[in-house]
Amino acid sequence: MSCQEIRPLLHAFLDGELDPARSLDVQHHLEACPGCARQHEAHGSLRAALRDEALYFKSPEGFESRIRAALGSKGAPGVFRWIRLTWLPAGAAAVLLAVSVIAIWRAGSPAPGLFADETVGREVVASHVRSLMASHLTDVPSTDQHTVKPWFNGRLDFSPPVKDLAGEGFALVGGRLDYLAGRPVAALVYQRRLHVINLMVWPAPGEPDRFATVAPHQGYHLFHWTQGGMSYWAVSDLNENEMKEFVRLLQP
Amino acid sequence: MARFERSVLPHIDSAYNLARWLTRNGHEAEDLVQESLLRAFKAFHGFRGVDGRAWLLAVVRNVCYTWLRRNRQQELTTEFDEKIHTLEGDMLNPERLVLREGDSARVRQALEKLPAEFREVLVLREIEGMSYKEIGTVVDVPVGTVMSRLARARGRLQRELTGPPGEER
Repeated sequence: MSCQEIRPLLHAFLDGELDPARSLDVQHHLEACPGCARQHEAHGSLRAALRDEALYFKSPEGFESRIRAALGSKGAPGVFRWIRLTWLPAGAAAVLLAVSVIAIWRAGSPAPGLFADETVGREVVASHVRSLMASHLTDVPSTDQHTVKPWFNGRLDFSPPVKDLAGEGFALVGGRLDYLAGRPVAALVYQRRLHVINLMVWPAPGEPDRFATVAPHQGYHLFHWTQGGMSYWAVSDLNENEMKEFVRLLQP
Repeated sequence: MARFERSVLPHIDSAYNLARWLTRNGHEAEDLVQESLLRAFKAFHGFRGVDGRAWLLAVVRNVCYTWLRRNRQQELTTEFDEKIHTLEGDMLNPERLVLREGDSARVRQALEKLPAEFREVLVLREIEGMSYKEIGTVVDVPVGTVMSRLARARGRLQRELTGPPGEER
């Protein structure tokens, strides 16, 4: 190789970023060419000058604990840990009580429709928020619909349709089991930029196809539809227009 | 939080070092790193990669650039210099760079004089020890651009340290 070809490679050679074949070419050239070898040495001495410990700015004393404190007050992980440890028995009792109250109430009130949508919508939002909080977004992290769909086999008594919309800018990131509206459901997780979208799916046998308008809840957009005997809920903090696009893409 | 603690928090020093070099000011660096970590924490659920350091430094860089645009616009404008856009500009002058013990102050001043986009690649490569691919993630450019930018940055730094290159070669 000529000097013209070698010179631009010297930086990558020095940085160990050349493939072995080209690295060997450069090595051989440097052994034969004093001009390029001098260049290479100059790069080396500049590097030595920069690899000086005095040039690394260490963060000041106590900086890390200040950051941890700031994160603690925002993310409140400390509080959750405390609640979990101290209130676990009491919390479990309260949940049990609530569940039985709801069970009794449900037995006596057969009101489906709008009111039911709103109740389920609230559950969907709660599930969405929980999924973002507890680092339990996915049970099966995968961008491949052919991995996510079979994963639900044996975990659910139905097979949720899984669509990959990466080409449309909604990347599938995985799936999760969740418990909603009194039954286990499939939660499919999609991502648009930094926004997470949860799509909850469960069977709704005999229900007619319909699209329900659900008001945003706690700043999260909610969309609900029934199609082909399946009930769908999509929830995200993504803006309304992009959510509508997402919902449109899911409908055949 | 446990995952965040494991993959991001160990890189607070790297974050501070980059912010300190970009702002050239210790107090600003502390504020901006703190802001970056809060942002990183909020956005963490979207993080699927394995390289927590590159991911955090990308956030730090964005936060610092927003600050630079507001406060130091002139450092972001890389004036078009014919010399640095040619191979000639990438060449170092091997004869002149003689660094002595305790010259770090001089090297530091020279590095601080470089435009931010040159300074950051040198800091990430030589001081932080990152690969081209990792630097590409932080700076959000392809690996090829990392390489050519580093070449120019080295040429510029050497000229800062030694004055204009001589005629020989």
